[in-house]
Amino acid sequence: MTRIIVPGRANGIVLKTTNPINFLGAVDKKTGIIHDQKCDIFKKSIKNTILVFPHGVGSSVGAYTIYSLKSNNTAPAAMICQKADLTVASGCALANIPMLVLGDEEFNAIKDGKEIQIDTESEKILN
Amino acid sequence: MELSKEEQSALNGEKGEVLQTAYRILVATGEATKAEKLIPVNWAHLSGVNYNTIGDSGEEFLRTISQDAKVKVKTTVNPMGFDFDHISEFDHIDDDFIQKQKSIRDSYIRMGVEPTFSCTPYDIFTLPEKDTQVSFAESNAAIFANSLGGLKTNKESAFSALASALTGKSPYSDLRKNQTDTPLTIQMKLDNPNELDFGLLGFFAGKVGDTSVNISGVSEPDRRSCKALCGGMGTSGTCAKFQFTEDVENTEKIDFGKEEMTKTYDELNTSDKGDLITLGSPQLGLQELSDLSSMLKGKSFQKRCMIFCSRAVQNQARNLDYTNEIERAGGEILSDCCTCLTPLINPSETDSVTTNSVKGAYYLKNSTGVDVNLKSLSNIIEDETR
Repeated sequence: MTRIIVPGRANGIVLKTTNPINFLGAVDKKTGIIHDQKCDIFKKSIKNTILVFPHGVGSSVGAYTIYSLKSNNTAPAAMICQKADLTVASGCALANIPMLVLGDEEFNAIKDGKEIQIDTESEKILN
Repeated sequence: MELSKEEQSALNGEKGEVLQTAYRILVATGEATKAEKLIPVNWAHLSGVNYNTIGDSGEEFLRTISQDAKVKVKTTVNPMGFDFDHISEFDHIDDDFIQKQKSIRDSYIRMGVEPTFSCTPYDIFTLPEKDTQVSFAESNAAIFANSLGGLKTNKESAFSALASALTGKSPYSDLRKNQTDTPLTIQMKLDNPNELDFGLLGFFAGKVGDTSVNISGVSEPDRRSCKALCGGMGTSGTCAKFQFTEDVENTEKIDFGKEEMTKTYDELNTSDKGDLITLGSPQLGLQELSDLSSMLKGKSFQKRCMIFCSRAVQNQARNLDYTNEIERAGGEILSDCCTCLTPLINPSETDSVTTNSVKGAYYLKNSTGVDVNLKSLSNIIEDETR
């Protein structure tokens, strides 16, 4: 089941990680590059990607990091999670970054590197 | 999520841009937690006050919205980056940082918050009656409120708590609802645990717990240990509530014994000594300052020791004379800031920090970028004073 947390439209290349993301600390907000060595997308840029990750963790201030990424033009085009958390949901809401939560099966089916479109107004949200 | 007519019109922008933004956040967090409606809250506690964490975009955002935004309910705020009364003693903090921090402080004050600059609002104010709905973004405060204060909050984000402050509302979901069964119990197996053990227990429990855990095998820890537990738990995961209970028959059980404690300790302790000492994350309360003052009788710190407490607690402690002994012993009492994420600790001059705080240890290592020597308060006094 697809749940719309923040509506909108986006397209981009999927960047997928199996690690939860702590936005405060794991991401360089100036460049959008992941600088947490423990993360399996270490050194990759999340800018303009469809960022696919299980859920956010860590500091509640991570919401500001998401907003800063958007202000610095280094934010993902959209985010897709398996479980919604308040930090990512509120950060995306303020930054107007479309955000979806998918069921386990749909989440697992998304392949890293694939180009996808999101349109929360359309009948088929994910293409 | 169902919205009332009034809420829907605010979301549509009919009550201005600030409230539209606030309701957009509440709708997203409501959808995220599958809430069916919004309910009133009567206290919000905000994170996102330290320029170190929110940066230029955050400073600009707050400066802009504070032109129109006013908080609707009692709102307290987290620590800033430093203590304005002592900033001249720290040469490495540049003027840009000071100006931006001042701007953030002024924006919050313009919105009508209580200028507490504290991560321990529960040490400053009398808590409202049991089951009152609040909206706390600081994780240790949310866990304290739910677990020891009898209040109800989810582990809010900086923006969800800000939205609650501006609207007086929050989505009715998860821990705000009446308690359902907690499926997991951590069985405390350490004898005579000190506050460091409780911090490590919290960090361990936060990793394995989901939204709520039971903790068994613990008998009435003191406030210092309780705060350490809340701080540790809030740092490592998503868990926002614990309950001390022995009634755990139908739950999954995980032991926290010597082995688990050592493993957690080794993950956070990266040095066998520190260049300086910090006490307070969470910020120390009045009783903790009183205890510290007694422990320091006739002794002096052999290296710099920064002691963090809220302004309100510092003022009370001064009136009660707890600060004399601490300052005589060489302790520097700092308010409005905390071990976590303060730029007062300069990584280009400091390689490692000694602290008894598990939460402090995590942020010192991962954000400040210094090594950490973790030891209990009694060991700190024994090893670091003469």
